[in-house]
Amino acid sequence: MANKLLIDAIRDTLISEMRADERHIIMGEDVGQRGGVFRVTAGMVDEFGPDRVINTPLAESSIIGVAIGASMHGLLPIAEIQFLDFIHPAMNQIMSEAAKIRYRSAGDFNCPIVIRTPYGGGVHGALYHSQSIEAIFAREPGLKVVAPIMPDDAAGMLRSALEDPDPVLYLEHKKGYRAIRGEVPENGYRVPLGKAKVVKEGSDATIISYGMMLIESLAAAEALEQRDGSSIEVIDLRTLYPLDNETILESACKTGKVLIVHEANKTGGLGGEVAAIIAEEAFPYLDAPIMRVCGPDAPAIAFSRPLEDAFLPTRETIGATLDKLAAY
Amino acid sequence: MTNHESGGVGVKSRLKIPAGLSEPDLLRMFEWMLLARSVDERMWLLNRSGQAPFMISCQGHEAAQIGAAFALQPGKDVLVPYYRDLGMVLYFGMTPGELICSLLGKTPDPSSQGRQMPGHYAGKRYGILTTSSPVASQVLHAVGVGLAAKLKHEDIVAWTACGEGGTSQGDFHEAMNFAAIHKLPVIFFVENNGYAISVPVSEQMAVVNVSDRAAGYGMAGVTVDGLDPLATYAATKEAVERARAGEGPTLIEAKVHRLTAHSSDDDDRTYRTIEEIQRERSEDPVISFRNLLVENGIMSEETEAEIRKRVKAQVNEATEFAEQAPLPDPSELLDNVYAS
Repeated sequence: MANKLLIDAIRDTLISEMRADERHIIMGEDVGQRGGVFRVTAGMVDEFGPDRVINTPLAESSIIGVAIGASMHGLLPIAEIQFLDFIHPAMNQIMSEAAKIRYRSAGDFNCPIVIRTPYGGGVHGALYHSQSIEAIFAREPGLKVVAPIMPDDAAGMLRSALEDPDPVLYLEHKKGYRAIRGEVPENGYRVPLGKAKVVKEGSDATIISYGMMLIESLAAAEALEQRDGSSIEVIDLRTLYPLDNETILESACKTGKVLIVHEANKTGGLGGEVAAIIAEEAFPYLDAPIMRVCGPDAPAIAFSRPLEDAFLPTRETIGATLDKLAAY
Repeated sequence: MTNHESGGVGVKSRLKIPAGLSEPDLLRMFEWMLLARSVDERMWLLNRSGQAPFMISCQGHEAAQIGAAFALQPGKDVLVPYYRDLGMVLYFGMTPGELICSLLGKTPDPSSQGRQMPGHYAGKRYGILTTSSPVASQVLHAVGVGLAAKLKHEDIVAWTACGEGGTSQGDFHEAMNFAAIHKLPVIFFVENNGYAISVPVSEQMAVVNVSDRAAGYGMAGVTVDGLDPLATYAATKEAVERARAGEGPTLIEAKVHRLTAHSSDDDDRTYRTIEEIQRERSEDPVISFRNLLVENGIMSEETEAEIRKRVKAQVNEATEFAEQAPLPDPSELLDNVYAS
């Protein structure tokens, strides 16, 4: 075990897997000498050389498209999109190509790529460096979407993603990079994709979240427990697609009250799908309406501090909704 | 017509056999071209008789494709084709029977076992990558193959194709740029038939030749008469040598005719004049090449008859095979979404 920042858990895993399998290459904007704008790949070009750590032209579709082609010719590319906000030019390559290669070739081909990209707000990144648009992808059969926030999960799920024979979109919360710290097991630690985690057990209500909102949700749950002894279960989805219906439903049936929290826009966000799964499968067990605390339906997060703060859910707004849920 | 201003049309002059080819090779070339044409014609019949819902044709592109194919090595080089490359995939090993299975959505379809529309060619055992419908998205994959080959020190060439319409896509430009930077062993083969469905090339680009664009990416570019298989052979051979020498990619533009509508769902009489269609039909590359071989004493009447007989038998057998082949079972619907 070692105590690491989220960013170091990711970086160390990348280095260890690059050393273990020379089929891995890293490609993206500024990933070479600069080590990425967030420094996730810092130092890697020195160790692995410019053939395996490739500064790409500033063209996202080519980053993903070339990675796809290389993956069909024996490499295991790790593509970095500098910000999730910039992924749209590569959308066709991700949705029409990577996600559909196994299906459309009836299993003749597969596309073992990992697309790493930072997402999320709270760092004054404004409209185009703050987005949480993961729900666009978390409905795409053939693609896996993961968003670990704890360093151990980040390491273990990155390793699983790198070993996965199908394309994985691996989301890294940029605010979490240097804000979240935790113990990380050494030596080939793996966390399976597709499994949520009950990070705190409880009996009165369930919060389902992921990313930095998981941290806020945990804080809200703990504050409520200290205030009145409520017992709140908190689930980290970790994998956003395909969802772990079993863990979601087990908790919903146990507590009968569910709050879903994410910083992505409410409409069309992942919370809608989670709520629908619970409504379909666990309705008789519910004691209250399923509630959501989400980013509002503004196009994106604004630059100015008061506007950014007003966009993001907080432990206080989550706590207030928990009170409403408890009152049922 | 403006799209062939800079090139000749058809094979008209006396035959000069390019280095690397023999007279028997030319006969083989003719047979492959005829096979592609004949499979294509059979597909139209199956479509018009209501057995195949959709058909997209290679007619007019056969010379360009078979000439290029002869400069490549099936089993070694990688094809990243587009939907008109029937001749290419035949040469790389896909059988007429498999291709007609693809037309009919039958399980022996090697491209997708009936998942994709016809013309979306693929097959790992043939070295043909899987492709989709958004045009030119596959050219980036060829660059990826080239990158992987370079890193693995493999002596292969990735050959990719699209139409001149596809060259307007951002992916086409991104692919050429990436391949040129890293001097990757990629051949970009543009089959310019003058139309992207109904849009003429004059409304597609301001340059006369697609190959003019190569200079903008620091790579070699050439325009050839795509109605002459010997011209596309020579250009492709040169590009292959460049790629294998580590000197980078080549953009080859083959100017061809599209002798059918865009697809079985299109009617080109709504946007082309009868005169233009007739003129292009009079320059049919399969007929031109046949005439050239006959006029130069390379193909006798007897040899031609044998070739035609063999091709006809292949197409008939293929049709019979495909008609008897099984359809996928509905229980397969969710197979191969993920590895497991």
